[in-house]
Amino acid sequence: MMTRYPCTEYTLTKPHGSGSGGPSEKRLAPRKPETPGWADGLRKLYDDVVSEPLPDSFNDLLKKPDQAGDD
Amino acid sequence: MTDRTSQASTGLRSPETDFREGLLALIPHLRAFARGLSGRPDFADDLVQETVMRAWAARERYQPDTNMRAWTFTILRNHFLNDLRRASRTTELVDDGVDLPGMVSPPAQEDAVHVSDLEAALLRLPDDRREALLLVGAGGFSYDEAADICGVPAGTIKSRVARGRAQLTGILGEDPAGDQA
Repeated sequence: MMTRYPCTEYTLTKPHGSGSGGPSEKRLAPRKPETPGWADGLRKLYDDVVSEPLPDSFNDLLKKPDQAGDD
Repeated sequence: MTDRTSQASTGLRSPETDFREGLLALIPHLRAFARGLSGRPDFADDLVQETVMRAWAARERYQPDTNMRAWTFTILRNHFLNDLRRASRTTELVDDGVDLPGMVSPPAQEDAVHVSDLEAALLRLPDDRREALLLVGAGGFSYDEAADICGVPAGTIKSRVARGRAQLTGILGEDPAGDQA
């Protein structure tokens, strides 16, 4: 008894035809266009302020409206 | 009974507590945005404090689970525009009689502790480009979020960002091709 293996399912032939040159490989462009040298500086500028310790006036800030109640 | 599963609810916390804590956590970001918009630390801090007060007063209008940062940034931005407009008319400015021909002038001598080239260049931009760059480039908002904050279409934000970048590059004289790892 010979088992027949259907060749249709298990074809190991190499993909022929125009496998190359197709649009299969897209360059994954970064989300933002060319990043200027100062882009990091801009973010750092922002982050530096975010990292600053808050002045005392901000600590009391949300207590006042709580006590005052109105605008 | 409304189950509030939005914020981290450890026990019985009132929505106001969540809101207050959320707002307090945003203060550093608001300061960064205000600082970039105005270029003046003291003025920016006043602006932020006003914004926080207003946000608190309007807390019932804030919809939970929505973007609180965008919501507060919108309040700050609107207040910035209105405050400066009003101040420029009455000439009662926060700083000592500094002229504001447009919306922003370069920081006064006293404030110019650390005015980097980038900061100076940023302040030379038109307000709409500067705020777009601050929101998208520095603040990490998406174009859509920035568009909501500024009340314009996303396409407008994109063009403002692009033009702002081009202008900054021109001012700073740097090559845009910066693939710096």
